[in-house]
Amino acid sequence: MTAIADAPVEHDVQAAPEPSFWQRLTNKWPVKLVVLAIIVIWLVPTLGMLITSFRPRADIDSSGWWTVFGNLFDSGSWTLENYDEVLNKRGFGNAFLNTLSVTVPATVIPITVAAFAAYAFSWMNFPARNLIFVIVVGLLVVPLQMALIPILRLYTGGGHFLGVTIFPDLNLNGTFLAVWLAHTGFGLPLAVYLLRNYMGSLPGSLIESAEIDGATHFQIFTRLIVPLSVPVLASFAIFQFLWTWNDLLVALIFLGGDSDVEVITKALTNLIGGRGEAFHLLTAGAFISMVLPLVVFFSLQRFFVRGLTAGGVKG
Amino acid sequence: MTDKGHEPPVTTKEPRSSGPRAFSEEAQQRGPLVYALRVAFALAIPIAAFFLLWVTFDFLRDAEANRFLVMAVAILVGVFGVFALYFGMDTVVNLLPEHVRESVRPFVFVGPALVILSVYLVYPAINTTILSFKDRDGESFVGFDNFQEIFTNADTLISIRNSVLWVILVPFFAVAIGLGFAVLVDKLSSRAESLSKSMIFMPMAISFVGASIVWRFVYSFRPPGFGEQIGLLNSIWEGIGFEAIDWLRQEPFNNLYLMVILIWLQTGFAMVILSSAIKAVPEDILEAARIDGANEFQVFWRVIFPTIASTMVVVTTTIVITVWKVFDIVFVMTGGQDDTSVVAERMVTEFFTFRNDGVGAALAVVLFLAVIPIMYINVRQFRAQEELR
Repeated sequence: MTAIADAPVEHDVQAAPEPSFWQRLTNKWPVKLVVLAIIVIWLVPTLGMLITSFRPRADIDSSGWWTVFGNLFDSGSWTLENYDEVLNKRGFGNAFLNTLSVTVPATVIPITVAAFAAYAFSWMNFPARNLIFVIVVGLLVVPLQMALIPILRLYTGGGHFLGVTIFPDLNLNGTFLAVWLAHTGFGLPLAVYLLRNYMGSLPGSLIESAEIDGATHFQIFTRLIVPLSVPVLASFAIFQFLWTWNDLLVALIFLGGDSDVEVITKALTNLIGGRGEAFHLLTAGAFISMVLPLVVFFSLQRFFVRGLTAGGVKG
Repeated sequence: MTDKGHEPPVTTKEPRSSGPRAFSEEAQQRGPLVYALRVAFALAIPIAAFFLLWVTFDFLRDAEANRFLVMAVAILVGVFGVFALYFGMDTVVNLLPEHVRESVRPFVFVGPALVILSVYLVYPAINTTILSFKDRDGESFVGFDNFQEIFTNADTLISIRNSVLWVILVPFFAVAIGLGFAVLVDKLSSRAESLSKSMIFMPMAISFVGASIVWRFVYSFRPPGFGEQIGLLNSIWEGIGFEAIDWLRQEPFNNLYLMVILIWLQTGFAMVILSSAIKAVPEDILEAARIDGANEFQVFWRVIFPTIASTMVVVTTTIVITVWKVFDIVFVMTGGQDDTSVVAERMVTEFFTFRNDGVGAALAVVLFLAVIPIMYINVRQFRAQEELR
């Protein structure tokens, strides 16, 4: 059957005229219609928020955001006042900087710590190496919630065992360091697992020849392994960045209610608590909180997708 | 290392004799002064790092300080501090007697990770488990009272019921819609496909808090007499002839409206993973099925679906784990009011609002125990897939 079918098919393709624009557009129209419908449903809520954030407060409270399409080019329909108020009077400017101060180290520290550990698990010999690695990966099952109460107690009262102080009372709560370390702890099992899988698959001859040339482990790590591991480091970095940027729970508990160190998700929840629904502030604030993750996401989507399956199981 | 270039290369390769020498070979060659300098250098790095941390620590707490400066210092300390730590430790190890050096060095590399994991995961897991058997202040043991409380108290029972519903419904819809979308866009041109996928995928970058606000606006409700409905849903609802509804207070359906938010967030994840699995199905198998007369539905259910089944398991279990631990959405949208609480949110409420450490810890243990079998399936399937690649 195939033998007969082959020739005429080719002939047909050559004979067919170029499809017109209209033909291309309506080709497979049921599929396109369903896809378009889903996309519209998915985008409309965000679009409404974005439009609302640029409307004057009086308009927001008196009419739906979709009415703006009636007077799209009327200069009275648009304003930047909401952003001005949120950034300068509601502490979102500060909160943005605080979130960066939390997020950047909370991304770099776990990657560095995990990369050194993953190198040791892959290329150094020490007793019980595989057992320790399995235990580290096993810690993936420990949910964040398990750690909240004990860590908060450590931070505010120190750790004591049989009357001996094991963990000094540093009064860490409400400091960036407290959140960095917490995020590092919660992100490490996944990071070690991913990086070890990747580094372990690099050719062993590479490391051996570097050793013969007299390179130390530290040099092999920094000059050889890290540059080769950039793809996996990048995908984990994006994940960790988005997690820590978008996190509310860890910041809520370890940064407490102190408005000086408040992160952006906390600032947003504060707006909700207020009287009535200040949608002119909520929408502008929400958009400010989304800008950076969206930029990171769209510019680095390639790395993001790569790490996706592995990234979902984080604690 | 580079200054050893004049030595015959053989000596650098061979393991040096491990005699009872206190100094390393290099140090002996260069004299005690260089050695002393190196010791001082090695000691200076941790001390300087510690001092720097001490000073900046106070600075970062200073509410009066310029926030830009605080941010810059925080980032510098956080980023370079950690690298300096490893560099310093490695330098110290180089000073050790030769025969112990290489057996100590691995612990410089893994040590910090193990310390952090012990403090932040191992110790808390044990401590929380112990606390779950203690009273609200964590003073005296009360046996299984906290667990009994969880499974008899009407409020916690509702949060368990809701969590179970979340765990069933959200992954189901996220995977179903994601799969359907992935199959459909597969038939479009590659440019239209990647653009469509980005649109659905976009919510993945948004925080649960941000997403909650987006949807709070959609669900927004005004009682009669307080002006026009500005929420999209109520406006449509009125438009088709019904009376506006305060969606988030409609028990028990308000739970469904909250789940919509997480479905909105997670569908993109399911879609992208399933889409790449569909593309991995070999084209000649699909062709063969079509030539044998299978229509597109049969091709999907008989050929594509069985091939991507294990990916479906990974995606579903991954979403189940995320859903099971969801906290932010409920916390932001309703605060657990009107019978909308879920286990992870209830845990924080017990711990923070009610100051009941015992029940809070017991809820955390329940979360933990329930996650283990799901995680087991997830990791096993994930590893099986990795090996196939």
